[in-house]
Amino acid sequence: MIKQENCRVVSNTQIGDNIFELVLSGELTANMSEPGQFVHVKVSNGFDPLLRRPISIAAIEKENSTFTIIYRRQGRGTALLAEKSAGEEVDILGPLGNGFPVMEAAQGQTAILIGGGVGVPPMYELAKQLAQNGVSVISVIGFQTESAVFYEKELARFGEVYVATVDGSYGRKGFVTDILAGFDFQADIVFACGPTPMLRAIDTGNFAPKTYLSLEERMGCGIGACFACVCHTKEDPHGYTYKKVCSDGPVFKAGEVVI
Amino acid sequence: MSSLSIQIPGLNLRNPVMPASGCFGFGKEFSQLYDLSLLGAIMVKATTPEPRFGNPTPRVAETPGGMLNAIGLQNPGLEKVFIEELPWLEQFDVPIIANIAGSTEDDYVAVAEQLSQAPNVKALELNISCPNVKTGGIAFGTDPDLAKALTKKVKNVSEVPVYVKLSPNVSDIVKIARAVEEGGADGLTMINTLLGMRIDLTTGQPILANKTGGLSGPSIKPVAIRMIYEVSQQVSIPIIGMGGIQSAEDVVEFFLAGASAAAVGTQNFIDPFVCPKIIEELPEILQRLGADHISELTGRSWKKNERLAYHRP
Repeated sequence: MIKQENCRVVSNTQIGDNIFELVLSGELTANMSEPGQFVHVKVSNGFDPLLRRPISIAAIEKENSTFTIIYRRQGRGTALLAEKSAGEEVDILGPLGNGFPVMEAAQGQTAILIGGGVGVPPMYELAKQLAQNGVSVISVIGFQTESAVFYEKELARFGEVYVATVDGSYGRKGFVTDILAGFDFQADIVFACGPTPMLRAIDTGNFAPKTYLSLEERMGCGIGACFACVCHTKEDPHGYTYKKVCSDGPVFKAGEVVI
Repeated sequence: MSSLSIQIPGLNLRNPVMPASGCFGFGKEFSQLYDLSLLGAIMVKATTPEPRFGNPTPRVAETPGGMLNAIGLQNPGLEKVFIEELPWLEQFDVPIIANIAGSTEDDYVAVAEQLSQAPNVKALELNISCPNVKTGGIAFGTDPDLAKALTKKVKNVSEVPVYVKLSPNVSDIVKIARAVEEGGADGLTMINTLLGMRIDLTTGQPILANKTGGLSGPSIKPVAIRMIYEVSQQVSIPIIGMGGIQSAEDVVEFFLAGASAAAVGTQNFIDPFVCPKIIEELPEILQRLGADHISELTGRSWKKNERLAYHRP
């Protein structure tokens, strides 16, 4: 059930180079279940920016009705969001979209969670739920540089974590795919969220028999009505069939849509 | 009689508020959020004879107080709209205004002929103002003779009244409005989006894949108000006003300018509950205005001896 609610800011903390962790309190937490869903955030009370910002849910704490979102301060909207302090309210619409199918990984199986940059946050809640189900979790996360690295320790609570940085200033130099290429085992399932080139490389399905990807696209409404975030399907790459990233996704099975 | 009910050709509406075409799909998404029977009417997404995928992404870009879109009339095509989308909407007690589009006159005629036969379609909205398609669309809406001829053809085949959606991207909108009235239009809807562009500083290129897009949102409201003010004094057919409406106060402003009903577009994306909120707030504003009925407000900004006393709460 989608709700609109003015959620109260519990904390808004910088955790990396322009990376902020925002903890919000609100009743709509009760409706959150799948990791990989997102909320649509109205950052301004006025007309600029006008549209909401889609941000994925990083953690759900139903016991105290709070949830966490992590965002990069990079434009006008996220700069305004970064100014919010504890006690203030933020207009939230959500939860939206279809998240990662946690039940696709059975107890005793191994899952690799791949996150790139601000694609890392949904992996936290996913890792938490998989670990609860007795799935072995291996996280592979990539960033531009050392100062941008976040959530390595948090993910380590649920299993091994491998880090790559493009400039080699932390972890392995290169991309998450370089780390994956070095693994001498095959996982049962792969979940990924991150930049498009990364997703394209993982979309090949080379890293596990089952692969799920979370896509990002510019959105308007976030609920499937405006057709801003539409993509082609692999079965009909030039035809009329389509998927909406916001409401059919943002998580798709590898090979389902054209990335 | 409710203070909000209105009667315009083909449409007996319990209230004058409806979502604008292209901002509400065919209603399915919003039906999960509230009862669509609360709405005055629904203007569903434009339908063309064949299915269309629309333009490549990015399809939206923001501007202060507005957004640019270049969706490109994505829709499932006439057959699917007639067989699936419109019958699905029959579960709600709400009249449908079907937006019809195409590349050629024959396209418009074919869509009009069939969709006007759907039991819940009470009026057509002739889309001669979409700025985001290469052929058809706005080409018909910027030439008075073409607009008039197309209106006539569609009127000949339609079983229900025809409203023509006007483009603001013209030098004299009154001329177009008069032409479509002569062509037999039963009403007007205005305004569609204003053609615009944004450029990304990092790439140096337009943000939208289509390069240009239609500007909507609160930033275009003064343009819509001005155009409705001008057109409503020059035609005798009713106007459904739209362009940046966000609140019940905005709806009243459109009525004062000369509108007889109002459609909400972009604000549905920001606040999906905006239409029922406006419907709920309108009676109190009418009371403050000392108006018994909303239709009294139509054109009050230009009608003689009809000054209003607006009582602030």
